[in-house]
Amino acid sequence: MGIDLGQRAPDFDLPAHDGERHVLADGDAPATVVYWTCNHCPYALAWHDRMLDVARDYADRGVRVLGINSNNAETHPGDSFEAMGERVESDGGWPHPYLHDESQEVASAWGAERTPDLYVLDSDLRLRYRGAPDADYEDPAEGAHWLRDALDAVLDGREPERAETEPVGCTIKWK
Amino acid sequence: MLREAMTEAGLDPDSVEVREVDTDEAARRQEFVGSPTIRVDGADIQQPPDGEPTGLACRVYRHRDGRISPLPDPQDLSDALRAAVAS
Repeated sequence: MGIDLGQRAPDFDLPAHDGERHVLADGDAPATVVYWTCNHCPYALAWHDRMLDVARDYADRGVRVLGINSNNAETHPGDSFEAMGERVESDGGWPHPYLHDESQEVASAWGAERTPDLYVLDSDLRLRYRGAPDADYEDPAEGAHWLRDALDAVLDGREPERAETEPVGCTIKWK
Repeated sequence: MLREAMTEAGLDPDSVEVREVDTDEAARRQEFVGSPTIRVDGADIQQPPDGEPTGLACRVYRHRDGRISPLPDPQDLSDALRAAVAS
């Protein structure tokens, strides 16, 4: 499965690290970023601060950001629900919810492959960008500019010039 | 990256032994904490933290400038190889 550009994203209802549930279809954000991440993948960790910066920088424009961990915690206990909460707490909080997709059904429905794997949705929850945050996980100066470019376009009512890039990272750890 | 570093350290790059760890049981048996793991004469070039779980995962390295990376800091690799040569 998976979603194509322009297609409405499948809805989900997932618990966050703090126990609250989040439904994709709730709310009226002008743009939504959904991205797969986890606790142990070095690529996800390398891009982590850039993703949090995007969430902070676009909050005042109403952008909603949701991180999802779908990894199999049985084989990767560092990605358990408990470990997610501990990580957010040790970070002093995140500017966005960290959701747990224990069944992996959401990752499967969306066709998510890696951590990180980003999806930018417009106000109708239709896919406008899918891929990596930027061109180089090793260079913080890249600043997740592919993601920012896509968000700027969606917020301006334009199509992103770069609508798809190759997700780079560890594969999701399937059951 | 490894072979280049070996050449620079005066080692034969063809002497690398590549092992594929493809099961959790093999990871446990070999105390494998993630890919890539580079051992010189059996010693990890960057000893993982105590209690690091074994398993089939990507390895997390911290570079000297603090950045997190899936690959070791080239200088750490170079230092480990030169230390092995010296000993």
